Amino acid sequence: MERWINKRPSRAVSGMLGLIPLIILLLLYMAGSEARLAENPADKLLPSFEQFSQAIERMAFEPSKRTGEYLFWVDTQSSLIRLGLGVGIASLLGLVVGVLTGALPVVRALFNPLLTVVSLIPPLAILPILFIVLGLGELSKVVLITIGVMPFIARDIQRRTQEIPSEQIIKAQTLGANTSQILLRIILPQIMPRLIDATRLSLGAAWLFLIAAEAIVSTDGLGYRIFLVRRYLAMDVILPYVAWITLLAFLSDWVLAKISYLCFPWDRLDGAER
Amino acid sequence: MIEIDRVWKSYGDNTVLEDISLTVKEGEFVTMVGASGCGKSTFLNLLLGTQTVSRGELRLDGKPIVAEPGPDRGIVFQQYSVFPHMTVLDNVMAAPALAQKGITGHLFGAARASAKREAEAMLERVGLVASAQQYPSSLSGGMRQRLAIAQALTAKPRILLLDEPFGALDPGIRNDMHVLLRDLWRSLGLTVFMVTHDLKEGFSLGSRLWVFDKRRHDPHAPNAYGAQVTYDLPLSKMSEESYMQTLQGLGSSSLLN
Repeated sequence: MERWINKRPSRAVSGMLGLIPLIILLLLYMAGSEARLAENPADKLLPSFEQFSQAIERMAFEPSKRTGEYLFWVDTQSSLIRLGLGVGIASLLGLVVGVLTGALPVVRALFNPLLTVVSLIPPLAILPILFIVLGLGELSKVVLITIGVMPFIARDIQRRTQEIPSEQIIKAQTLGANTSQILLRIILPQIMPRLIDATRLSLGAAWLFLIAAEAIVSTDGLGYRIFLVRRYLAMDVILPYVAWITLLAFLSDWVLAKISYLCFPWDRLDGAER
Repeated sequence: MIEIDRVWKSYGDNTVLEDISLTVKEGEFVTMVGASGCGKSTFLNLLLGTQTVSRGELRLDGKPIVAEPGPDRGIVFQQYSVFPHMTVLDNVMAAPALAQKGITGHLFGAARASAKREAEAMLERVGLVASAQQYPSSLSGGMRQRLAIAQALTAKPRILLLDEPFGALDPGIRNDMHVLLRDLWRSLGLTVFMVTHDLKEGFSLGSRLWVFDKRRHDPHAPNAYGAQVTYDLPLSKMSEESYMQTLQGLGSSSLLN
């Protein structure tokens, strides 16, 4: 095995190789932080890990002096509710629109042009409209996320619906099924794992819209906080928040993947028994 | 029972089937062979109702066949005939569940219990009882086609349409399937139409063999003429000798080229 293209690391080596860039990055950061703090102890750009833990302590485990709330948890809760509502509503709408347009040619002919146009509108460009029409409260943020990811989910579900072999639809008809029975018993159950896939793929965009909306108009939330403390160059707060957002994004993706695995055994490649 | 009255099928200038007139009685088992692209699958689709005739008429009991798949005509395709998200048992129970009126297509209570008994009896018959709780993805190709047949027959169709159902199976398993199919055909009194590209299967399985081929051929316009049924052979009385003669006769046609 001389050629690089044929070299394959073992599992253990593979895991260690993956850690190397992360460790190097961490070491570089620590060295940079130490150098800057040695020069100027009041430097804010690259805080030390001690400063991080103090900031986390202050944000997460001490009540705010002004409001008496534990800001970190309040921010997390507000953001997750907005994200959950936005993504949840978008998935539900996307499922209904996608299945109906995918399965029924008449509905597809009726709504496809509209869906294509809507999916091409940059969601952030209509954020001012949402603020004007819906006000600056929770609703406009949830609607931004919904509008932002719904067309993607709907179009993906539409394609997946059309990919169901026509043999199955014909077979169901020869068993006597009517249209609603085909939708509910043949198409919908087979689309559910695809819906979870589409939702997982849209989570990144959903976080983007959430943080953008919170950055512009909000009084709490993870995105609001990092843009607020930016004014004080509070990297000791921003970086832990970014790490926390990353972890939340990873966990929500993992939970959805797990749900899909547990709820749809027929969709696994190994074809498990019920 | 089925009258095929001067049926033509064409797509634009491309004539696929040309002036076919035949009659099929209840309980016949018609196997259809022919070169690929000769229109035998198109003919099956006309019977199924997914395509409509261009000229002529297809009648079932004197009435034109509904141009939409329905419960009087069961179908087994080469693949994708079963529902991957249902267990083997649920796949068979889907037949009575989808046959009832209603929105959801689910069975409840006593109806469900009796459907389950019926489905289990059918699985017993096709030899799938041990796999009742498995999903189709974990079944072998032969088992999946057994399931597809069981599912189609649970809906109690009068006509069973088979579109190269055993084309993807190993020869040994194919023989088992032939035994099963003949047994079901005889005991249920079905009328069966089967498309196959396996000549031997076509000759040995049914009670009547149709060979689809083009009678006329224009080399400058290969699509100008459609296929017809060039041989219509009763198979039950056929001896080994006439079988060989027919095979030789077919050798001159495009079928075996």
